[in-house]
Amino acid sequence: MIRLGLAMAGALAAVSAPALAQDQFAECRASTVGEAAIGGPFELIDETGNTVTDADMITRPTLVYFGYTFCPDACPLDSARNALAMDFLEEDHGHEIDALFITIDPARDTVDVVRDYADVFHPRMIGLTGSEEQIAAAAQQYRVFYRAQRGGDEFYLVDHTTFTYLMLPGIGFAEFFRTSATPDEVAELTACYVDNL
Amino acid sequence: MKTDLFAAAGFAALPFMAFADEFAVGDLVISDPISYETPVTAQTGVGYLSITNTGDVDETLIDVRADFPRVMLHETITDGDITRMQHVMGGLVIPAGATVSLEPGSFHIMFMGLGGDPFEVNEDIPATLVFETAGELDIVFKVEARVPATTGQTGTDMSDIDHDDMHEEDGE
Ligand SMILES: [Cu+2]
Repeated sequence: MIRLGLAMAGALAAVSAPALAQDQFAECRASTVGEAAIGGPFELIDETGNTVTDADMITRPTLVYFGYTFCPDACPLDSARNALAMDFLEEDHGHEIDALFITIDPARDTVDVVRDYADVFHPRMIGLTGSEEQIAAAAQQYRVFYRAQRGGDEFYLVDHTTFTYLMLPGIGFAEFFRTSATPDEVAELTACYVDNL
Repeated sequence: MKTDLFAAAGFAALPFMAFADEFAVGDLVISDPISYETPVTAQTGVGYLSITNTGDVDETLIDVRADFPRVMLHETITDGDITRMQHVMGGLVIPAGATVSLEPGSFHIMFMGLGGDPFEVNEDIPATLVFETAGELDIVFKVEARVPATTGQTGTDMSDIDHDDMHEEDGE
């Protein structure tokens, strides 16, 4: 698989991927990012304060999103979209999937804050935080960019990428979704992958 | 607690409150100020609305005030793959005869420093819009659920969001 930067992957996302030999998900592919390019091992802190790994957290097909709770506009849109997609998958396809909300603002997003945030959206959405180093390492694995805007006080904003990644246990990255994807689009594409597992 | 305070204050203006989702000053009509519920530990809330300028002169929304440590007019901007919010400098122009919407993923009012008093569904969030020419206008944001109340339950009426119509073929 070719390793592509996200910016480049974005430009290619609309182009359908050439069918790869023995790609069990060939009929589902909407993007051409190889599974080697995105995602990987992480060590983060869960909603009870325990250290967890990707293997602990991704035990079923999982939507993984990186954001911050101080953001009231873009991140909740994505999280609400993901929550609806989870419900649609369950109703239309009988697939239960999970979701992770990983903060890129660990200084403000403590264990309690990310848990409360994720709970607003879906009972199976789990909020994860970590040390600055743990978050940076996880973000790097997923090729997530984030940068706090300078300003100094507690009301600072953070610029960041807002992709949602579909991860499959034992397989890894399957697909990514932009903010513009609807709940239906996320649900339908995810169902295709799960049906081909 | 904000709800109670406002209910008391709003009682005096009862005839007006009957149309609580529309507010007017001068040539401006403000429709559907809404907000969304927040987690209990949230530090920010959001406000959306649309402003119609029925006059023949451009108007500018220069400030928004509310009872929070900081209130700002923001715009969410996506540059390539990076999303960021920024302060709308110099105010938001409402051209003559036009409607400008503050809506998710675009312009929004950001209430910062909630400090342990989250926005709850059906709560009223009072605020004041300050326009360059028309002056001040008190409005009320109605807090709505973030996701329809059925989320997390199955077999319920998610069809509210015209979903089932699109998927009859999936009946497995
Ligand atoms: Cu904002």
